Amino acid sequence: MAPILKISGLSKVYDSGFTALKSVDLEIDKGEIFALLGPNGAGKTTLISIICGLVSPSGGTVVADGHDVIRDYRAARAMIGLVPQELTTDSFETVWATVSFSRGLFGKPKNPAHIEKVLKALSLYDKRDSKVMTLSGGMKRRVLIAKALAHEPEILFLDEPTAGVDVELRRDMWNVVRELRDGGVTIILTTHYIEEAEEMADRVGIINKGELMLVEDKAELMRKLGRKQLRLTLHEPLGALPEALADHGLELGKDGTEIVYTYDSQGERTGITTLLSDLSQNGIRFKDLDTSQSTLEEIFVNLVRNQQ
Amino acid sequence: MNFHAVRAIYVYEMARAFRTLLQSVVSPVISTSLYFVVFGAAIGSRIDEINGVSYGAFIVPGLIMLSLLTQSLTNASFGIYFPKFVGTIYEVLSAPVSFIEVVIAYVGAAATKSIILGLIILGTASLFVPLRIEHPFVMLTFLVLTALTFSLFGFIIGIWADSFEKLQLVPLLIITPLTFLGGSFYSIDMLPPFWRTATLFNPVVYLVSGFRWSFYGVSDVSVWISLAMTGLFLAICLTAIWWIFHTGWRLKS
Repeated sequence: MAPILKISGLSKVYDSGFTALKSVDLEIDKGEIFALLGPNGAGKTTLISIICGLVSPSGGTVVADGHDVIRDYRAARAMIGLVPQELTTDSFETVWATVSFSRGLFGKPKNPAHIEKVLKALSLYDKRDSKVMTLSGGMKRRVLIAKALAHEPEILFLDEPTAGVDVELRRDMWNVVRELRDGGVTIILTTHYIEEAEEMADRVGIINKGELMLVEDKAELMRKLGRKQLRLTLHEPLGALPEALADHGLELGKDGTEIVYTYDSQGERTGITTLLSDLSQNGIRFKDLDTSQSTLEEIFVNLVRNQQ
Repeated sequence: MNFHAVRAIYVYEMARAFRTLLQSVVSPVISTSLYFVVFGAAIGSRIDEINGVSYGAFIVPGLIMLSLLTQSLTNASFGIYFPKFVGTIYEVLSAPVSFIEVVIAYVGAAATKSIILGLIILGTASLFVPLRIEHPFVMLTFLVLTALTFSLFGFIIGIWADSFEKLQLVPLLIITPLTFLGGSFYSIDMLPPFWRTATLFNPVVYLVSGFRWSFYGVSDVSVWISLAMTGLFLAICLTAIWWIFHTGWRLKS
């Protein structure tokens, strides 16, 4: 399938001399949810801002469904919607007016039925005549999403959609995003909540210091980089690990009542069988065991740490 | 051409004026009325006719120009500065609109508002003093051209300004003095010779003089020079806009 968005060699050096992006290449497939994950200042917002026309690139190209975002900006921007990170709304306008304004701004003729549909989908319809300034933060975030959807975009950018949003609302937001994807919209979201990427994304890109370090199918990523841990809860605490077990690279935890073995679940040999037989040979008995997969968070922290 | 976008911005800007009716219409009308009370009635009654026009009537074109200039400037500069300030400009920047379309929409709305305001003040003035307009078509031409020119100027200021202070700077420090010294309240023939010449470097003199000619057929400088100068200011502002466009938006980093 041809990518709906193709980013090639995109770089950005701000006037201050700060390099925000270093030759980023990325392709986004139609209909997927792509999470761009990275710490603050990694270049996530700069990347989105260039694609949406808020920031001029220093080099490279972005092509949205065959339209270069600079040379052919009208066609490109007409198919892109942006929900910015900051809650920047027209305080004095009503919800209906501000969302209708967005539709016109993006070159679409009036269509009250569509506006109504968008507002209803975001549970904003009851608030349509309220001034934006009277709404709560979460509602304002929805207004921004409604504005971005008013012109029926095919690609939607959500820059930190759940920053500063409470847990319940975050769940709501995730549902909204899933529904949009089911409706055929390609979604690119940035986040520094790993939980969010893990929950939502089909693919994950990890960006740090302006470099796209990795782009991977989420499940694949977690499988590939995912290390598993085997935890053995011991009957009797150990003061130290016996010499004979030194080769296994074990860690002793919880005051000697727990042995932690980290292994690669994708490896040819996980070494579990040998470990267990070595344990019994040394007379170490355990009363419980469990294994756990590392989370995206741990993967992420490892990647970022390795880069430094 | 993205007509829907131009219309959306234009309608939005006009709606903003209606929302702030007190500030955008009532307050200029009140201040103009005060000028009439003070200069027209209280002081004007002691001043002789100027070129056969009573003083109260003489100052009407100048007062309209005064409001037209300041309102065009503040309206247009605020219109583009405020979205920059609160951040909603992101939407305009990310929309499929060209810079020229943005200029047409914002400047068009600002100019429309000040033209309406100019006509309201004209109506208010007619309640205080007997008015006659000898060349209505020329009057409207001056009204429209001046509103457009100074709305463009205001738009440029709004793009340039990065603080509210800078936004106020030009109207306060340049436009108000130039307007007051531009023959709104007097004929430049009343000035000593040196200042009469110096005044000719004040662009507002040409606007006021030409505008007054359209009312009473009398002017400080030839109406053609006034028209030419108005055209020149418009050309300067258009060039500045063109230059901003070609050197990037000044809104993007």
